[in-house]
Amino acid sequence: MKQKVLLLFCLLSFGLFAQDYFPENKGVKTRTSNYTAVKSAIIHVSPTQTIENATLLFKDGKIVEVGKNVKLPKNTVVVDAKGKHVYPSFVEVYSDFGIKDIATAARSSQPQYNPNRKGYYWNDHVRPEQSAKSHFEFDKKKATAMRKAGFGAVNTHIADGFIRGNGALFALVETDNFNENLLKNESGFYYEFSKSKQSRQAYPSSIMGYTALLRQFYHDAKAYQNGIIEDKDLAIEAYLAKKNLPQLFSVDDYLDAFRADKIGDQFGVQYTIIGSGDEYKRIEDLKGINAHFVLPLKFPEAYDVEDPFLREYLTLGEMKHWQYAPANAKILAENGVDISFTSKGLKSPDELLKNLKKAVESGLDKKTAFAGITTQPAKAIGASDLLGTLEKGKLANFIITSDELFEDEFKIYENWVQGHRHRLEALDVIDISGTYDLVLNGKNHELIIKNKSGKFSAEVKQDTLKLGSKLTYEDDWMTLIVSNADSSKEDYAVLTSKIEPFQTGFGGKVILGDGNTSTFKSTKKEAGSSSDKDEEEKEEDEKSMEMLSMTYPNSAYGRTSAQSQPERILIKNATVITGEAEGTLKNTDVLLKDGKIDKIGKDLSDRRAEVIDGSGKYLTAGIIDEHSHIAGTSINEGGHNSSAEVTMEDAVDPDDISIYRSLAGGVTSIQLLHGSANPIGGRSAVLKLKWGESAENLIYDNTPKHIKFALGENVKQSNWGGNSRFPQTRMGVEQVFRDYFTQAKAYGEKKASGEPFRYDDEMETLLEILNGERYISCHSYVQSEINMLMKVAEEFDFTVNTFTHILEGYKVADIMKEHGAGGSTFSDWWAYKYEVNDAIPFNAAIMHNQGVTVAINSDDGEMIRRLNQEAAKSMKYGGVSADDAWKFVTLNPAKLLHIDDRVGSIKEGKDADVVLWNTDPLSIYAKPEKTIIEGVVYFDIEKDKAMRAQVQNERQVLINKMMKAKNKGLKTQPIKKKEKEYLHCDSLDDINHIHE
Amino acid sequence: MNYKHILTGCILAIAMVFTGQAQQTPAPKQSQPISIVGATAHIGNTEVIENSVVVFEDGKITYVGTDKSQAKGQEIDANGKHVYPGFIAPNATLGLVEIDAVAATDDEDELGKMLPHVRSLIAYNAESKIVESMRPNGVLMGQITPQGGRISGTSSVVQFDAWNWEDAVIKENDAIHMNWPRGFSRSGNWSDADRVWEKNKDYTSEIDEVIAYFNNANAYVPGSKDTDLEFEAMAGLFDGSKALFIHVEGEKEIRDVISFKTKMNLDRVTIVGGYHAHKVAKDLAANNVSVLVQRTHLNPNFEDDDYDLPYKLPKLLSDAGVLVALEGSGRMERMNSRNLPFYAGTAAAFGVDKEMAVQMITLNTAKILGMEDRIGSLEAGKEATLFISEGDALDMKGNILSKVYIQGRDVSLETHQTELYDRYSNKYQD
Repeated sequence: MKQKVLLLFCLLSFGLFAQDYFPENKGVKTRTSNYTAVKSAIIHVSPTQTIENATLLFKDGKIVEVGKNVKLPKNTVVVDAKGKHVYPSFVEVYSDFGIKDIATAARSSQPQYNPNRKGYYWNDHVRPEQSAKSHFEFDKKKATAMRKAGFGAVNTHIADGFIRGNGALFALVETDNFNENLLKNESGFYYEFSKSKQSRQAYPSSIMGYTALLRQFYHDAKAYQNGIIEDKDLAIEAYLAKKNLPQLFSVDDYLDAFRADKIGDQFGVQYTIIGSGDEYKRIEDLKGINAHFVLPLKFPEAYDVEDPFLREYLTLGEMKHWQYAPANAKILAENGVDISFTSKGLKSPDELLKNLKKAVESGLDKKTAFAGITTQPAKAIGASDLLGTLEKGKLANFIITSDELFEDEFKIYENWVQGHRHRLEALDVIDISGTYDLVLNGKNHELIIKNKSGKFSAEVKQDTLKLGSKLTYEDDWMTLIVSNADSSKEDYAVLTSKIEPFQTGFGGKVILGDGNTSTFKSTKKEAGSSSDKDEEEKEEDEKSMEMLSMTYPNSAYGRTSAQSQPERILIKNATVITGEAEGTLKNTDVLLKDGKIDKIGKDLSDRRAEVIDGSGKYLTAGIIDEHSHIAGTSINEGGHNSSAEVTMEDAVDPDDISIYRSLAGGVTSIQLLHGSANPIGGRSAVLKLKWGESAENLIYDNTPKHIKFALGENVKQSNWGGNSRFPQTRMGVEQVFRDYFTQAKAYGEKKASGEPFRYDDEMETLLEILNGERYISCHSYVQSEINMLMKVAEEFDFTVNTFTHILEGYKVADIMKEHGAGGSTFSDWWAYKYEVNDAIPFNAAIMHNQGVTVAINSDDGEMIRRLNQEAAKSMKYGGVSADDAWKFVTLNPAKLLHIDDRVGSIKEGKDADVVLWNTDPLSIYAKPEKTIIEGVVYFDIEKDKAMRAQVQNERQVLINKMMKAKNKGLKTQPIKKKEKEYLHCDSLDDINHIHE
Repeated sequence: MNYKHILTGCILAIAMVFTGQAQQTPAPKQSQPISIVGATAHIGNTEVIENSVVVFEDGKITYVGTDKSQAKGQEIDANGKHVYPGFIAPNATLGLVEIDAVAATDDEDELGKMLPHVRSLIAYNAESKIVESMRPNGVLMGQITPQGGRISGTSSVVQFDAWNWEDAVIKENDAIHMNWPRGFSRSGNWSDADRVWEKNKDYTSEIDEVIAYFNNANAYVPGSKDTDLEFEAMAGLFDGSKALFIHVEGEKEIRDVISFKTKMNLDRVTIVGGYHAHKVAKDLAANNVSVLVQRTHLNPNFEDDDYDLPYKLPKLLSDAGVLVALEGSGRMERMNSRNLPFYAGTAAAFGVDKEMAVQMITLNTAKILGMEDRIGSLEAGKEATLFISEGDALDMKGNILSKVYIQGRDVSLETHQTELYDRYSNKYQD
C-alpha cells in the first residue's frame, strides 16, 4: 500500500511557468500556455456556493472561470471529473513548514541574565526581525504529506521565541523557481508565550514575565517611533515595519488567550488566537473578546482505565476534557466565535480531516467546518484574495474528491496546487469486480473479484477447490497470484494485466510456477456489487455520546454557572463575632442583601430572604489571607532582581481546586503575592475566592495596589547555589533598593518636567510606591534587614506597608510601630532555614502588644484551609484575647490590604463575605458550614456532600465510556498524573527549583 | 561567591547552630512521690476520670482513680485542669535534622537502598532546640526514624528530656522502616516542573527484590561466622523483637503489603501514611495490620477527593476496626511535630471521638511501638510521663501546659523560643 502511495504522489506537471523575465539556458524559452478545465464535477466554490455539473477553467495557476456553462477555449486540456466533488484546497496558518533547523544555545550551570545579541532589543526572546523566508527550504516530504491531507497553501514561520517575527505564505507545490510558490513574503506576525532556544537568557521565566515584557516592548516601540530612544534597535525597527501584518498569538490554554487579548486591547492590537482546544471551558467570557480563534484538532485519546487502581490518578476534569474536546469547535461556533482550524499538534496532517469529522459528529455545522479550513484561515492571514474559494482570479488550488466533505466514503483523488496536478488515487478506476470464467494453463477456473470501498480482493476456485490467491490492483495494472491446485507443490502462477475499459473480460500475461510464460483470458459472467455497506460497523455510540453537564471549572466540584447573583439570606440566632467594637453578639440575626451586610440585630425578618437557622452556630467575617500563592499559574519571575513590571493579575488561575478547598476552610479573600525570588518582586492580585468565575472576576474592583518585596536567603539565592546575580548578600540587597528608588525618583522628575520620556512599567510601579499609591508587602525574616528596609523607605520618604513572614518582627516591633508597618506572620513556623532559627510562635503576640497591626497568613495551600486554627495559636502562644486573635485573620489583614472598608468584619454596609461555623472558629473542632461571598454561597457543607456523589457518578460514566472505547479498538493513552504543585514564595517556574 | 565562601558560610552556620544556648538542663530524678489532684484525667484508653487523683513515685505511676486518700508526697492542685499521658510522635525525625535548608545539619537519610543496619539512635541530638520545643505542647516521646532508600534503617524510641541519646532512649532499635515500591511513580528529574506520575513498570520486580531480600535475611543464621551486618539487623523481624513499618500510600500497594505480611509470616506490621488505606480497611483489620495515619493537616492527594479526606481518614480506619495512631511526617516535619495534638484534634473535628483521638497519639501509638506495658496511658505501673494542661490539650486554646513530667522528672517548659519571648517582652517593658 505504501508503495502505491509513493508511486502516485509523483508530480504530474504540465510545464512550469518560469517567469518571463528570467533567462533560460537549458532550452528554448517560448512555451504555449494552455488552459485546463475540470468538467462535469460538483464544484464547491465556497462554503456557501455549490454548482452541480460544473466546470472549473484555469490557466497559469489561476482560475479563469467557474460555472455550469463555461466556454472552453480551443487550447484547453480537459479532465473529466464526472460525479466527483471539487473543493478549494485547505489553508494552514500555523506551521514551521520548510524552516531549517535552529541551533540551540548551550546550557550553563548558572542562569544567564544578559542577551547574546547586539544591536537588538535587550531580550533575546523578542525576535521580530525573524523572517520565515530567510530560513526556508522547501520540504518535499512534508509538502507531500500536507497535500495528501488536502492542503494547498501553508503559512510558515520560525516557531522559536516569544515575539517571533513574520511568516511567509507558500503554495504547496515545488517549482523550478522560488518565485512561483512564494505567495507572500511577509504574511502574519507571530507570538507565543515561550522562549527562544537560541538564547538562555533567564527573563522571562513566568507567564507574568511574558506579559510584562510584551507590554514594555510595545511601549518601547512607540517611544522608538517617536524618537525618544536614540540608540539603534534592529528588533524594534523590524517590528515597526511589520506591525500592520495580521498578528497571530499562539497559546497553550484558554487562560493565555485571555491574557494575550487583554494586552492587545491595551495597545490596540487584535490578535488572531492560535488556540488550545479548551476554549469551551470559559465560553461566556471568550465570546466577548471578539478574537478569531484558529483551533487545533488534537483531541485527547481515551485513557486506559482498565486497571482499577490506576484510575485513582485520573481526574474528572481530565476525563471531561476527553469528552468535551471534540465539541470545542461546535460550542465556539454556536456562541458566535469566529473560528478556523489548524493541524498544529497533530502527528500527521491527514488527521486534520479525520478529527474535523469528529468535531462535525459532535455537532459542528458542516459549512462552518468547511469554511474553517478554507476561507477562514485565508482571512486570518489576509490572503482571501488568493485562497479559500474557487472564484475567478484566485489560485487554482483545489481537490477532487469522491464525496462531500465529512462523508464516511470521502477520499481525495487529486490535489491541484497552482494548477499543478498531484494524483493521490486514480480518479477513473475501472471497476473490475464481478465473477469471471478464467482459463489458466488450459484449465477452467472461477474468479470472483470483490470491491469494497475501492479495495479489491479476489477468490479463485478450480471446480469446488478454493486456491490461494492474492490480488493487487493499482495504476490500471492488475496482478493476481494463484497457488497450485496440487498442494504438495509450492509454486504460484502470477497473472498480470493492464486493465483497459472492457466489455466481456480481460486477459494478459501469466508466469507459471515452473517459470514458463503463457497467457490467460477471463470472461465476465456477472457484475459484482461495488460495496457492501452493511458489513461496516457504524460507531453510532461514539457519535451520539451524551455529554456530561458543563461546570465551572469543568472538573470536580465545579459550579453549574459561571456567574451567580447574590441571594438574600437571613441568618437567625447565631453567635456573631463582629470584629468591630461590638465584639461578639449572642443570638443575633444578620441579613445579607444585594451582596452586602444589610442589617445586624435581633428578630430581623425579611419575607423574601432564605432563612438559615444559626442556633448554636457562629457567624464571622470571611477569613482573609494576606499571603497566598493559590490560584496562581506561576509565582516568581526570577529572571531579574527587580520585577516590578510584572503583575500577578496576569497569572490568576480561577480553576485551581485550592480555591474551593480554601472556601471549605472559611477563606473569602486572598492576596495572591508574587514570590520571593527578587528583592523587588511583582505586583499583587487581590482576589475574592469566587469559585467558578473568571480570573478577571476574582480580582477586586478598584483593587488596591500592592507589590511584593523580599529580603534575605531567597533573594540572595542562598539555598540553591545561584551565584551569578546581584545581590549575593544582605549588603547588596540594600543597594538594590537604593539604586531602583534613585532611578525611579529621576524617572518621576523627568516625567513631571513635561519632557518626552520613555514610558517604563517598572519605573511607573516604583514611582507609585514613592508616591504612596502602592503598598509594599515585604518577605522578611531577620531584624537587621527589616530595619534596613524601613530606613531605605524613610530615606525615600515612604512607608513600608507590611512585613510579611517577619519572623523576627518581635525584635524590632517598636521600630515597626514607629515606622507604621504592619506584620503578617506565620503562627508557629520555624527552623526550615537558617534565617528562621530565631523565629518564635510568640511573634504575633509581641508585635500585637506593641501596637503593630498583625495578621497571620498561610503562604501555603494547606494551611490556608485552617487559618482559624493558626489564629487560635496566638491565644496559646502569648495569651492574645479571642477577639484580637480572630482579627489576625480577618480585619487586620483587611487593613493591611486596604480593603477594610469592604471586608474583614461584620458591619452593616460591608460586603456580605461571611462564614457560618458549626462552633467557635477559634476551636480546633470548628468547621465552616457555609462560606458566602457577596451574598453568594460558594461553599455549603451539605451541597458538598451531594457533589461528592456526583463526582463519583460522573467518573463512573466516563470510565465506562472509556472502557467501551478501548474495547472497540480505539487507541487509548496511559494514565498520567500531573503533580499538583502547592506554590510557595520560593516556587520558580524554570530557572531552578528551590525549596522552602 | 566561590566555594571557599560557601564553605565558610556553612561552617559559620553550623557553628552558630551548635554554639547557641544548649537545651534546658535535664531534670533530676524524681525524689519524692507526686500527686496530681482534682484534674480531669484523660487516661489514654478513651476513659475519662473527673476530679481524679494521679500518683507517681520513682518515675512510675502508682495510682489513678478518685480516692483522695491515695494522694501522697507533693500534692499538686489541678482543679479544673486536665492531665494527659505524654503524647508520642512516631515516625519522627526529631534530633536528626536541625535546620532543613542547612545540609550540614541533616542526618536523616543515608546513602544506599537496603539499610536495616543503619540506626537513628546514635545520630539523635538530644540537645536539639526543636526537640525541646515539643514539650510545651505535650509531645514528650518520639520514635526517631531514618528516611529514604528501600529499607531506611532501624528506629529507636526516645523521651524528650535527656543529656544524650543514651539516657534519652526508652526502646532501642524498636523497628525497621521500609518504603514500599510505588505502583505509580514520578518520572524524570526532580527539577523538571512538568514531570508526571505514571505507572511504574518495575513495580513487580521491585517487590520481587524485597521478597528475595527478606527470604535471604530469614535464612541467615544470626551470629554466624560470616557476619552480615544487614541481616543481623533484620533478624529481629523474624523473632518478633522488632516491628516492621512499611511506608505505603496506594490501595494496590497496601493490598500487596498485606499479602507480603502473610507470605513472610511477619507478626507486627504497621502501615505508615496509608492515604488509600480506607479502601482496604476491613482487610487491614482482619490481618492485624495497624496504621500510622499521615498528618491530618494535609491537602487531598487527588483533585476529585473529598476536601476533608485527610481530616477524616483516622475516622474511616478506626470505624473499620483498624488500630490507628497518628504521625506527622512531611514538609517541615521537625518543627511541626509539636502540632501532633492538633492533628488529633482535627481527627476529632471530623468524626473521631475526642478521647479516641487522644488514644491515637498515646495508647494506640504505644501499642504499635510494642510499649503499651510501659507508656501510653495513665495506668498504675506505667512510666510517669504525663502533663497537666489548662484545658483541652487537643485544642490550641486549651493546650497550655503548666507541668510536664517525664519518667516522674519535673521537666522544664522553657525553650530557646520562650527565652527569646521573655527577653524581648522584657525589652519593651523598659
